[in-house]
Amino acid sequence: MSRNGFAYIAGIFEHPTRKADGKSLALLHAEVAKGAIEDAGLSKNDIDGYFCAGDVAGWDARGAGPFSIIDYLGLRLRYLDSTESWGSSYLVHVAHAAEAIAAGKCRVALITLAGRPRADGFNTGTSVASDGLSAAEAQFELPYGPTVVNLYAMCAMRHMHEFGTTSEQLAWIKVAASHHAQHNPNAMLRDVVTVEDVVNSPLIADPLHRLDCCVISDGGGALIVTGPEIAKSLKHPPVRVIGAGYAPKHQMGGKIDLTYCGARWSGPRAFAEAGVTPADIKYASIYDSFTITVLITLEDLGFCAKGEGGAFVADGNLISGIGKLPFNTDGGGLCNNHPSNRGGMTKIIEAVRQLRGTAHPKVQVKNCDLALAHGTGGALGTRHGSATLILERE
Amino acid sequence: MIAAPTPFPETTPYWEAAAREKLLLKQCASCGEYHFYPRALCPFCFSDRTEWREASGRGTIYAFSVTRRAEIPYAIAYVTLAEGPTMLSNIVDCDLDAIRIGQTVKVVFKPSESGQLVPMFTPA
Repeated sequence: MSRNGFAYIAGIFEHPTRKADGKSLALLHAEVAKGAIEDAGLSKNDIDGYFCAGDVAGWDARGAGPFSIIDYLGLRLRYLDSTESWGSSYLVHVAHAAEAIAAGKCRVALITLAGRPRADGFNTGTSVASDGLSAAEAQFELPYGPTVVNLYAMCAMRHMHEFGTTSEQLAWIKVAASHHAQHNPNAMLRDVVTVEDVVNSPLIADPLHRLDCCVISDGGGALIVTGPEIAKSLKHPPVRVIGAGYAPKHQMGGKIDLTYCGARWSGPRAFAEAGVTPADIKYASIYDSFTITVLITLEDLGFCAKGEGGAFVADGNLISGIGKLPFNTDGGGLCNNHPSNRGGMTKIIEAVRQLRGTAHPKVQVKNCDLALAHGTGGALGTRHGSATLILERE
Repeated sequence: MIAAPTPFPETTPYWEAAAREKLLLKQCASCGEYHFYPRALCPFCFSDRTEWREASGRGTIYAFSVTRRAEIPYAIAYVTLAEGPTMLSNIVDCDLDAIRIGQTVKVVFKPSESGQLVPMFTPA
């Protein structure tokens, strides 16, 4: 986005539920939308732009896509964007909303995410896809039993092979998340765990243990993005979007390298746009579907050199108040919440809390004026979309 | 049970060859690159002059993971073929705990649910 086209995140809301037995997916979307609108101090009729992805109720209904939820919410829009990039969609939506606002296409944008995989009993990580047969790769992959967890596990295995990364180093990422989650009353897992707890938990797919995996939770979140005039008239400290980068990564026609992800490209684009460097970042929300996701992403974003992620995350370096790079201070997907199996939304929300100074006092980063949020959608080992945002408190 | 592949019209030669226990690859006659999985248009230069080649069936394990949380544990892997491309597959007919990255493997064919043979790999 251009330097004179800044947009602001003016409203945030994270649904408190982690198991939504009594609520429909449509209602969860409505509740998070209402929460974010109220947090911003606006009303529903202020919304003229709406951004959603494939998690919305009715997405698969014939002829529906995003229209079902727009109808249900009663939105009257002049701008719509339903970019689908799985768990990273919402970071892309923020970037697109900022561009649309700068171009005068809308004034107040609403972004929603919700899901209830836990109530639906969905085995997110360990089930093999049986649909999507129009995908060209399906016939060459599904016979081999690819699951979310074993595709990420192969990345971990290769990283260990090339760089000597250990299970104990990966475990530190979960340990840090658990230190933060103990202070979050809504977190699904609030017990502090040790490196030993992680490496002694059952192997799901070598080398990833149960505690290397994120939670499966219900809930959702929403954001309000608007221009400077409106943002500065509202009650919260303005949080400005100063950089955004995006990149999908895939199998490159068979030239596969599992040691890096799309953050290798999305990160530098976001940093260049923002005019800052990794060393300037006070707090980072890093997508944490698995511990290995965090480690590879941190390297690719430039917080440490490629191959040095294991040493970087060890010994509490990601714990707020202890380490050099406080991350996922809400407990992240590893401990707090991973609604709809899409963690990008909650990454943005916690970064905004840190910049507002409204994270839990035990995990609030002092003088937090510059934060990064990164999302990964899809599977690290095959195809995914990486999205990076850099946010600044004015 | 091995899920049966659902071929496309343009990929049926691959599966017909697999039924005869042959592994086919696509090579581009314009840029010379092999690619995987096979496409009609080269994913590197977008030429439509892609040609089927019989692979040696030899390769090395690039990465693998044994899925423990399954009814029967199995090893998913990326195998780098002697011709260059890396393909997703399974490592079979071996001790799952003895699989290593860099190990040399050779292709074997195993029946899927429909009876269609699919290429897998075993230590060479």
